[in-house]
Amino acid sequence: MGRFHRHDDGTEHSHDHEHEHDHDHDHDHDHGDHSGYATGTERIEVLEAIFAENDNRADINRKAFDSNGIRALNLMSSPGSGKTTVLGATLDALAGEFALGIIEGDIATDLDAAKLEGRGAQISLLNTSNGFGGECHLDAPMVNRAIDGLDLPALDLVIVENVGNLVCPAEFDVGEHAKAMVYSVTEGEDKPLKYPVMFRSVDVVLLNKIDLVPHLDADVDTYIARVREVNPDATILPVSARTGEGMSEWFDWLRGFVRAR
Amino acid sequence: MHELSLCRAIAGVVKDHAGERRVDVVRVRVGALRQVVPDSLAFCWTIVRGDEDMPGAELELEFVPAEVQCNGCGQQSEIESRWSVACPRCTSADVTVVHGEEFLVTSVDVT
Repeated sequence: MGRFHRHDDGTEHSHDHEHEHDHDHDHDHDHGDHSGYATGTERIEVLEAIFAENDNRADINRKAFDSNGIRALNLMSSPGSGKTTVLGATLDALAGEFALGIIEGDIATDLDAAKLEGRGAQISLLNTSNGFGGECHLDAPMVNRAIDGLDLPALDLVIVENVGNLVCPAEFDVGEHAKAMVYSVTEGEDKPLKYPVMFRSVDVVLLNKIDLVPHLDADVDTYIARVREVNPDATILPVSARTGEGMSEWFDWLRGFVRAR
Repeated sequence: MHELSLCRAIAGVVKDHAGERRVDVVRVRVGALRQVVPDSLAFCWTIVRGDEDMPGAELELEFVPAEVQCNGCGQQSEIESRWSVACPRCTSADVTVVHGEEFLVTSVDVT
């Protein structure tokens, strides 16, 4: 049985066909399809990274920072690690030295932003409860919106305070030049082993609340050794944002980071 | 924890390739070092696919074990642990991840 079809130029012909069908179905169709049947399932090769859209937006953010001579730091931690206290002390020490911008990620409140107001930095608050990524992390499109709340040409350093969470923020590039985390000794020395993706992703770890070490079962060396087990390269800075111990090393790290522009 | 937004991102990739056609199957490759909870991803997909106009699209997950090249002893090994990437031979953490960080849409079936 041949199959009959008609070309766009009006000519008609039939093709030989290698197998029999139990029904006749002479009909018209476009030249490109010689099957004579409705097109079946087609497999499309995609091979596209699921984070590609986020990463493209992150590159746009990074270019915005670069074109304004800004260095951007993504600061991550678990909830309650002392991230906002570290930031407050950082503003008090460095706001006269650099022009600082803070992108403050918070799920639903402005409590953290309020703690940092009036301490010499521009602050852009970003509530994540209605964002693309829900409430567990900042992603590049969110940070892109927050950038609009900053006067970029006036800034040297932007610190993105991420949502308190040791899992999701590690997956999302927001356009930063480096990643930092605050890891407090009250969280227990096993956290690098439980959240290695986060600990592996960072360039610097602030080991915070070391003033509380005498009250705990582990010493600072144990915490450092646990971080080293998953990240051999990160700078580890034992600090207490509350007492100021070790904070000058952190400020020096930031100075070096800004100078690397 | 962020599987809902991952599903939206997956749907975004799929739409770019499927166009107006009906999506029957979506294949996603997930490395063992990605912090993706398969059951959670599958559940979130059942919510997201309806919103994204692909209600019949089945999600098929392909898992890739983690594999590291040790910069200390030189050994390339597959690692059993879901999280730790230390070299199984010499326990060094100074490793280069060869596999395990994949997270991509590999193919879709459309009609």
